Order: sequence, then C-alpha cells, then structure tokens
Amino acid sequence: MKRLLIANRGEIAVRIIRAANDLGIETVAVVSEADRSAAHALLADQVVPIGPAPATKSYLVADAILAAAKETGADAVHPGYGFLSERASFAAAVADAGLTFVGPEASVIEQMGDKVRARQVAQAAGVPTVPGTPGGVSDVAEAVAAAGEIGYPIMLKAAAGGGGRGIRVVANEAELKVAFPQASGEAASAFGDGRMYLERFVRAARHVEVQVLGDGSETVHVFERECSLQRRRQKVVEEAPSPGIDERIRAGMTAAAVRLCKEVGYRSAGTCEFLVDDDTGEFFFIEMNTRIQVEHPVTELITGIDLVAEQLRIAAGEPLRYRQSDVTKRGHAVEFRVCAEDPERNFLPGPGKIGDVRLPGGPWVRTDTWLAPGSQVPPFYDSLVAKVIVWGEDRATALRRAKRALSELVVEGVPTTTTLLIELLGQQWFADGAFTTGTLEEWLTQRAEAGA
Amino acid sequence: MSRLEVVSPIPGVFYRKPDPDSPDFVKPGQKVGADDTVGLVEVMKSFYPVPAGAAGTVVEFAADAEAVVDAGQPLVVLEVDA
Repeated sequence: MKRLLIANRGEIAVRIIRAANDLGIETVAVVSEADRSAAHALLADQVVPIGPAPATKSYLVADAILAAAKETGADAVHPGYGFLSERASFAAAVADAGLTFVGPEASVIEQMGDKVRARQVAQAAGVPTVPGTPGGVSDVAEAVAAAGEIGYPIMLKAAAGGGGRGIRVVANEAELKVAFPQASGEAASAFGDGRMYLERFVRAARHVEVQVLGDGSETVHVFERECSLQRRRQKVVEEAPSPGIDERIRAGMTAAAVRLCKEVGYRSAGTCEFLVDDDTGEFFFIEMNTRIQVEHPVTELITGIDLVAEQLRIAAGEPLRYRQSDVTKRGHAVEFRVCAEDPERNFLPGPGKIGDVRLPGGPWVRTDTWLAPGSQVPPFYDSLVAKVIVWGEDRATALRRAKRALSELVVEGVPTTTTLLIELLGQQWFADGAFTTGTLEEWLTQRAEAGA
Repeated sequence: MSRLEVVSPIPGVFYRKPDPDSPDFVKPGQKVGADDTVGLVEVMKSFYPVPAGAAGTVVEFAADAEAVVDAGQPLVVLEVDA
C-alpha cells in the first residue's frame, strides 16, 4: 500500500490521513464543492473534486470515487464510516478495479449487514441473540407456547409490518391472550398478513459493543465500549470499559464476539453490538458494524492500539500483530460528541461560518476534529464537528478531566452541544454509571419540561 | 388577496416531495391550509417540514426540486385567502 484514497470527509477523513502519514503512506482526499478548503483537503497529499455539495452527488457516487483513485494512482481505498463504508457493492467495485478495500470482503459485509443472516451466523457460532420467533406465529395457542420458551415480557410486532408500527408489549400470558388476537387482526387488515413476531422485551437495556481485529484467520477482541447514552438512536457519549457490566459478562461477551468473527473469517477492524439486559446481565448479539466507528478512540486510549493503523496494515496483507494476551487495558476513556446543534431549540442543526476556535489540550485529552477558525460547517452532512476524548486512571478521574476539557472548548459562529455535555457531567446518575438506552432522552424530556 | 412567499427556515436542500417515489406535496392551483406541508428542507441529515403558514392557493414553486437553499429563501408562492 503506497497511496491511499480516503472516500470520506470530516473528522474521520482527517483521522485516516494522519494514520496513513504515520505509516508513510501517501494520501488522496476526495472533496465535494462544499469541502474544497476543508481540513481533509488541506492535509492530504492530493485532492480530487468529485461533485456537487449534496452527498448523493459526491461522497455517495462510487464511480466518481473510483475514477479519482485511477486518476491519482491510488492503490487502496479507505471508506471511513457512513457514506459507502457498509455497501457491499462498493467494496466489490473497489476490488474489481484492482484496488485494496480497507475493510472486510464484500461477501462478509453483505452477510453481517443483513440482520437475519447475521443472526444465523451468530447462532452457528453459539452466540446468543434476542430470543424470539423469526418465522412469526399465526394463532394464540402457538404464541402462548412460543412465549413460554422466550420468557416474558414479550414484544409483539406484525411480521409484515415495518418501523415501530403496532408494537405491543405484554407482561404475561393473560395479557398475551388478549393482545394477540387484536394485534393479529390489525396486522391482517393493514398488511394482509396476520402473522406476528414475538421477541423478548428488554425493559432496561444497555448498548455495549465489542471491538475486534481480525486478519482472516486470527481474531482478537480489543475490549468493549458502552454506548447507551443516545438521543434518537444517535450516540452522544461513549466510554471504555463499560461501567455497566462485570468481569463475567465482559469475558462472555468478548469471547462471543471473537467466535462470531472466526465463524466468518473476519478481516479488518469491526464491532459486534450487543444488547445487555441490565436486570439479568444477559447479553444478546444485535448486529455487526463492518467498519471503523465514530467512538473508536476510547478503545485506543485504554489499550494503546491505533485501530486505523491496524486496519491499514491488515488491508495491506500483514498478519495480525497482536495475540489476545498482548491486548491489555488500563484506566478509563470517555468520548463526547460535539455537534453543531442548539440543545435549547430542540437540537436544531446550525450550519454556518466558524469564528474563533480553541481546542482543549493538556494531559490525556484528545480532540478529533476538522474545525479551524474561519472554516465552514456545511448544511449537507452530519452535524458532528468535534469529538473530545479524555483518559483517566479511573472513571471518576476521566469524568473530572472531561469537565475541564469541555470547559476549555470554544467554538464561535455556530451553536454546539458543548454546554449540554457539561451539564450532563453534573448528573449523579451519569457519575454513577446508572443508565440505560432510554436514560438520556428521559433526562432531556425532564429538562425541557423544567425549563418550559 | 395578497401573495405570500413561504421561505425556508434553515439553510439546506429543498425537497418538493416526501420521498423519491411520491408525488409533490403541492402543485400550482392547489388549495392549502396553514398547517399543510409544502416541502421539506434537509439540513445535516435532519428533515424539517415547511408549513404553508397561511391558508390559500399555491401559485408556483420559487425553488427548484433538490435546490440548495439559504435560510429566508422563498420556496413556494401562495395567494392568501382573503
């Protein structure tokens, strides 16, 4: 690998360019019309314009990106996260063009990106999935029998339905007997199919994910990240290790992730997402992300492993440089996503021209960003403008440092979520690590009502 | 009778239809209520519906489908009911 094209923008493009530079690999940035003077364009060795500002006309156009690779003589393509990173067809097109795709093979992306197939892989590898009836059931007696095996509470949803429509939660057999005929009847009239899925409903769920590295034959886990603090299914704060699981769950979950990756001969960095029942400690595999993730730095800070550099080494054909016993963790790391949104106006995105910028510094503070004084936050892409990541020898130390670091951050010209993140750090439940996937939104609702 | 320019509340990309396979929210000559959606503006992956703001009749679109628009830019022109 001599010349790497980065098929992305924003902080992750900057992050990948830096990793490539550290390894002595030349870099090619691709830019939309909105990004001609963006940070990734300034840092790369070469820059190729690939189209108009909207992503559907630039960063999502595989042909334009492949043409840019050909024109510049790039021999590898890193997709980053989002955009084309989990499109099997893009991975295949890169390989067909004779270039190295920094990620797993197209067939693996396809297999692990499909929830039903990923669930089958998990079952073959002996990895627990959320108990349920993937085939659906059509009458009450069948439902009662299935529910007895799955365990209550149960979530009922139309087999033919989409989204969150018509989902009911039942606490016991009596409720199921009442709810099933109603729900099934509604589904039959709405979709022409009365079959219902039954699935275990986890009231208090944590989102915990395991980072893995594989070279196609060997796989190691790089511990877990806790990502339960979410708003509208977007992660807001992530940390490693998880404050919500004990050593027994950690050992079981990381071993499960390694089995899963071995089952498919996983090659590259990847993440296995699990749902943890906070009441019982059970964990269930949900899906796999076959790419680098936004929150990868917290894993880097507790293990000292540069995950992007390892992705590049593996893609270049090197065998995995770590055995499991080489992967150790120390201390605690937390990442805060700073977005150009106004938390006091229901998180209204605020694109615009940046005025002054001052980034936090000091020991064990890392800021991954593309911000610079005078730069522009375009309205076309996501609102993430910076990630403030801190490390501490324990969680309490990391959280104190986070408050200090976020207080140092100055971004003028656009609204940001910085003050909300500082306020979050003052909450006792956050300090205690006592939260589930619903907690942040509950707090935001209370906060909005108190302020109204 | 007076004319009203329905403007974009935010900078972003203007869509005349809810999704690529659907018809436009409104067409010239159509009656609308104040709360009826006349288009969407996408900013940073969030979609904001734009209400007509007043009851009336659609005269014309003032912005192309999928045009990049600024905050305050006219999107649709209405003839407001007296």
